[in-house]
Amino acid sequence: MSQENILTVENLVMHFGGIKALNDVTFNIKRGSVSALIGPNGAGKTTVFNCLTGFYKATGGHIMLSANSKDTSVIKVLGEPFKVTDFISPVAFYQRLKYKMFGGSHLVNRAGLSRTFQNIRLFKEMSVVENLLVAQHMRANRNLLAGIFNTSSYKRSEDEALERAFYWLGVVDLTEFANRLAGELSYGQQRRLEIARAMCTNPEIICLDEPAAGLNPSETEALTKMIRVLRDQHNTTVLLIEHDMGMVMDISDYIVVLDHGEVIAKGNPDDIKNNPKVIAAYLGAEEGEEVTL
Amino acid sequence: MDIVLQQLVNGLTLGSVYGLIAIGYTMVYGIIGMINFAHGDVYMVSAYLTAIAIALLTFFGVQSFPFILIGTLIFTIIVTGAYGWVIERVAYRPLRNSSRLSVLISAIGMSLILQNYVQLSQGPNQQGVPTLLSGAIRFHVGDGFVQITYMKILILLIAFAGMGVLTYIIQKTKLGRMCRATQQDRKMASILGIDTDKVISSVFVIGSSMAALAGVLVTLDYGSFDFYIGFIMGIKAFTAAVLGGIGSLPGAMLGGIILGLSESLFAGLISSDYKDVFSFSLLVLILIIRPSGLLGKPAVEKV
Repeated sequence: MSQENILTVENLVMHFGGIKALNDVTFNIKRGSVSALIGPNGAGKTTVFNCLTGFYKATGGHIMLSANSKDTSVIKVLGEPFKVTDFISPVAFYQRLKYKMFGGSHLVNRAGLSRTFQNIRLFKEMSVVENLLVAQHMRANRNLLAGIFNTSSYKRSEDEALERAFYWLGVVDLTEFANRLAGELSYGQQRRLEIARAMCTNPEIICLDEPAAGLNPSETEALTKMIRVLRDQHNTTVLLIEHDMGMVMDISDYIVVLDHGEVIAKGNPDDIKNNPKVIAAYLGAEEGEEVTL
Repeated sequence: MDIVLQQLVNGLTLGSVYGLIAIGYTMVYGIIGMINFAHGDVYMVSAYLTAIAIALLTFFGVQSFPFILIGTLIFTIIVTGAYGWVIERVAYRPLRNSSRLSVLISAIGMSLILQNYVQLSQGPNQQGVPTLLSGAIRFHVGDGFVQITYMKILILLIAFAGMGVLTYIIQKTKLGRMCRATQQDRKMASILGIDTDKVISSVFVIGSSMAALAGVLVTLDYGSFDFYIGFIMGIKAFTAAVLGGIGSLPGAMLGGIILGLSESLFAGLISSDYKDVFSFSLLVLILIIRPSGLLGKPAVEKV
């Protein structure tokens, strides 16, 4: 298991029919960093996220997640087709069969990766606190009989889950809305709740898809603070997609720039700011033309 | 007056049975958006399993009714639940990501397979179980009387207890929370680490258990059954689910009871030949006024 990189993406390829959404994307995310994925509209940023989180099954390449003290190949746990070599090696055959039968995107989350969506996807007809409880079912006693008979271990695990839910409600400043329906919250509150819900699955890396979209400047500032809290107090690696360049340059340690499904630049914010290729991609300049930000 | 009261009692028992079966339709529709046409036949299988369980228990010398009832319920619920699990695994899961129509056809196929398999293995003739609980309470009302058999009381008690336990599971337990989350957004639930395939399987098992509960109760009450009873019961229960708003759990229970009551009252007061016509007309009427059913949420078109 790699100690330094929590996420290793190699030669990631994603085709939708004849459209090449991602073409040979390679980057690494360092443990404990705040990294950003930026690029013009349609560059393939969300597609990368969807591949990382198992929302899509990538056409080719490798995604290795090194979290919860083990390596998980994201593409493998989604279930791959059988290969000829599997029929020679029983171990490979068993693994392939296991993931084909029981694999799926839930395993990616259980391996320590969590995400939020650009368009908010809360369980709108459940209460705020239930949204957070549902995300924690993996660590608690979820035996149905224990639930019906309300055993003491079940009660204890429920109490712990509630406590954690209220802790996160406090972090995102939604404690007073705990029993409201999630769909009744305002837009900014829903965004914060989504982050809290993602954090309740106890991830080592959280992927935020445009967390600041639709927020006003003061809300964006609060969000920036919260992302720092996630990294500094909860040792969570943060990977975000964002269009708000001020925010990206402010909080990122590392930036990956995508354009037309390819990585055109990687580096720290200062390098990216002065990279001519990035400026060209954003401003649409001709090759070789001099542009400054 | 006595007829009205008598038919109210009959209707309530019939309705609670419809409600139990309707739960299976509504939960499956809620979670994967398909109509499980094989559900009525799962109910039919449970009727046969009831007879098998009673035969086995009497063979081993169990004589007292409460033990027979509990033994039959446990056996039938477990085996019928297993049927539900297998049906989902074999007929629906491979088609999870294909069009809705193919799953529907698969469900109809599954229904035919179950009917023919039972017909082949158990014979096409009507079968029966002996009456195990007889006796009734009589109330004198005016000139006539109202008679409530002990079996009807038992049906009401067990059916409402079953609905109560189910409501508790869905509202309060972890599995229920996972079911509701999966129902609202399956992909998101799986991103949060919920094994949605397992949740869907458990919904099928729960729905089949409820059908088994209904199957045991009806079989003990009526005493006779054949391989075809699942069809009409399935249609009625499906009607109840639609009436109450498909996808809504309290809706299914309410729809079942309304359907049962209106059917019995119409049969008792006007004509028993036209009771089905009346209940389906009621469905049409309610759908004209409330297209999403009594407790269903109106579908909002996303733009």
